[in-house]
Amino acid sequence: MTKKNSNDQIIRMFHVYKRYGAKAALFDITLDIYKNEFLLVTGPSGAGKSTLLKLLYLGEATSEGQILIDGMNLTRITNNQIPYFRRMFGIIFQDYKLIPTKTVFENIALVLEASGKKASYIQKKVNSVLRTVGMEEKLNSYPPSLSGGEQQRIAVARAIVGEPKIILADEPTGSLDSDSANIIMNLLLDFHKRGATIVLATHDKELISNSNGRKIYLKQGQLQQ
Amino acid sequence: MRNNKLLHIITIVTIALSILIVSAFILFFINASDVMSSWKKGVRIMAYLKNNTHEKEFPELKNKIIDMYGVQDVTIVTKEEAMESLKNQMSRQASIFENLRENPLPDAFEVRMIASTQNWEKIEDLAKNIESLSAVSDVEYGQRWLGRFTSIFTLFRLAGYAMCVVFFMASVFIVANTIRLLFYSRHDEIEIMRLVGATDNFIKAPFYIEGMLQGAFGGVAGIFILFLIFAVIAANIEQSSIAYMFDIRFLPMEVITGVIFCSIIAGWLGCFLSLKQYVKN
Ligand SMILES: Nc1ncnc2c1ncn2[C@@H]1O[C@H](COP(=O)(O)OP(=O)(O)O)[C@@H](O)[C@H]1O
Ligand SMILES: [Mg+2]
Repeated sequence: MTKKNSNDQIIRMFHVYKRYGAKAALFDITLDIYKNEFLLVTGPSGAGKSTLLKLLYLGEATSEGQILIDGMNLTRITNNQIPYFRRMFGIIFQDYKLIPTKTVFENIALVLEASGKKASYIQKKVNSVLRTVGMEEKLNSYPPSLSGGEQQRIAVARAIVGEPKIILADEPTGSLDSDSANIIMNLLLDFHKRGATIVLATHDKELISNSNGRKIYLKQGQLQQ
Repeated sequence: MRNNKLLHIITIVTIALSILIVSAFILFFINASDVMSSWKKGVRIMAYLKNNTHEKEFPELKNKIIDMYGVQDVTIVTKEEAMESLKNQMSRQASIFENLRENPLPDAFEVRMIASTQNWEKIEDLAKNIESLSAVSDVEYGQRWLGRFTSIFTLFRLAGYAMCVVFFMASVFIVANTIRLLFYSRHDEIEIMRLVGATDNFIKAPFYIEGMLQGAFGGVAGIFILFLIFAVIAANIEQSSIAYMFDIRFLPMEVITGVIFCSIIAGWLGCFLSLKQYVKN
């Protein structure tokens, strides 16, 4: 990844702290993430990787410091604006976070329904991303009937269906076998090629060494140079 | 949602029972009012004239009374006619009357009211108006018991309103409770919806639909049960000897619509109160 010029940052963190009570989970983080970058946030378990991602999508509030995303200061975003702000992201979790009582189709369609898209568009778009992740046959299945790898593909489909600028992936391969993990990584790389910024948190050594993207290393809440 | 079937059923049954009790009351009230107003059709006001009132004044007085609000017709009962009917009623004690040199009874007007304007206040107002005429010495509007009955009836109606409020609140409360439990049971789902950018309104909408549906189903079920009970009672009355006294009817359509509407509102309100507390992060 070549160095970008300074107008190209999509995410900027300045001296960011996150404390849970008295415990500091992130300590003085200053970090720029560039448009269309594929960034790996690495570090041992408990280092603060998930916390860093949560601060970006306002899953947690920053304790101190400033975060700018696409020019927006996150401290200025009101509660009412959060839903609209979050539509900028596609988020992928280690535990998939699919709704077990909705079908695969409904789980993915939810993103577009929530942003008020037309039914005909939703129908077309959801089927198209299901093909992208190779799950078009499972559209009427319920997530609990699928394997972990299949569920994660659905989660990827849900993350990309709204065509977000940024994908935040928190240990997306963490509980998958290596074949499934490869499928997920390739899907993310494809979406990256189409212009998205990817921020991926992982402690998977193999994945880290196989990846070409920029890597940052967190340890006990601090960014290691 | 599947595991919550029992919860839904309990809620709907509770609302149905509330609606049943309230609308049974309304039904009773409507029919009792019908019966009351048919009794009141017999309400007459007797206006007794002063002794020195000359017969020539009668027509003018009569016109004055006819022009008063709510009067249907006025009949003159002269003291001679009054004496006649008294004698007829007391024919066995006829000797009492033989010693009378002069007729002690006053001339009187018998005033009948238009049925539709009859309520107790109106009767009293009219009686006062008639009494204020200078030729009138005294006014009597017989059935005082009807007056007492009317005030009991009014009390009863107030109790009915209070009951409606209580059951409305009970319905609101049970819906609020159900929605709260539903909301907790879908906590994970709601969290996921938030993460994919769903607004509060988007998240709340299905709960409102559920609350209002519960209200609607409960309302319809309550009215339906009442109708079944009514049909049985009405069939029994028709066959019995008191059938001529009553002409009972079911709730009119606008009342049914109103009751179901209130029930839906109760569902909405329960939802509103419940979500107001719990949706904010
Ligand atoms: N909600 C929370 N409340 C309290 N402590 C938390 C919470 N979330 C994370 N932590 C703590 O913050 C630190 C960083 O956690 P996390 O960001 O999940 O690390 P990682 O994702 O790198 O494993 C850990 O020590 C963890 O125990
Ligand atoms: Mg983590």
